[in-house]
Amino acid sequence: MASNMETGATADEQLDHVDKPEGPVTAAILASGVGALSLGILTTLAEASTSIKDFLTLYDPVGALSGKTIGAVLVWIVAWAVLHMMYRDKPMESRKALTAALVLIGLGVLGTFPIFFQAFAPAE
Amino acid sequence: MAPVELTDRELWTLIHGMVFGAVFLLGFAGGLEGLYSLRPRLLSAEGVRDRVRRLKVGVVAMAVAAWGTVLTGTWIVYPWYREDIPESPRSLLLANPDLEEWHHFGMEWKEHVAWLSPILATVVAFIVIYYGTSLIRHDRVRKTTMLLFVLAFLFAAVAGLFGALITKAAPLV
Repeated sequence: MASNMETGATADEQLDHVDKPEGPVTAAILASGVGALSLGILTTLAEASTSIKDFLTLYDPVGALSGKTIGAVLVWIVAWAVLHMMYRDKPMESRKALTAALVLIGLGVLGTFPIFFQAFAPAE
Repeated sequence: MAPVELTDRELWTLIHGMVFGAVFLLGFAGGLEGLYSLRPRLLSAEGVRDRVRRLKVGVVAMAVAAWGTVLTGTWIVYPWYREDIPESPRSLLLANPDLEEWHHFGMEWKEHVAWLSPILATVVAFIVIYYGTSLIRHDRVRKTTMLLFVLAFLFAAVAGLFGALITKAAPLV
């Protein structure tokens, strides 16, 4: 088999590319940020409010973590589906989506960071 | 030599940490190298096809492993950890002022932040499958994928590290 060195063609030129829009990638990246943020928000809300913590306790042995994680995953999936429908045929670059997602992920991590969310716990 | 005997709890802890968790963490280096080297100057066309084929299998396997880790961790192992009995790891940690931060900080962070890893690993798998060999033409997206992959690894590593240390401080038996 001829290599790209022998033919003078680059690997890129030898491959059969299907030109796909970047919109679906943008949607997936943005949705991951939305999912991360929702986990951070649910974690902090559960700490701040006993009634929210009880509401999120979908399965007693797991406690509120059951509702936080199911909730965050549902928000992530729904956000991904909606964004995918919006962007699926669009050639939009994912550069800005990445920046937005990194900010959202950062906020999500902050919301799951114990020193942060425990500061919202009601005084005993 | 006596045979190794594991309780159900030890077995599931093993599956959670040493099967799913270890597959994800150990697979990371290979996946990252695959993404890093997916550049036209470094590979022939056949090399790209072969690399992408393996990359697809690798990133999907890692996403599955990441989901397996958090699902077994949260729904099988965690209830045993937090059981309201004096012998549970949570009770043991909270009963000892020298160890209670392993719960208040370590476990509290681990149980939440770990869930970011499968979400990001799934996005990485989606991008690799969506573009396939065409990823070689999208250098910016390839670099973005690498960044998301590294983040997925870091969150899993934080969770894995705390998991190992907490198990050391208060084993689940």
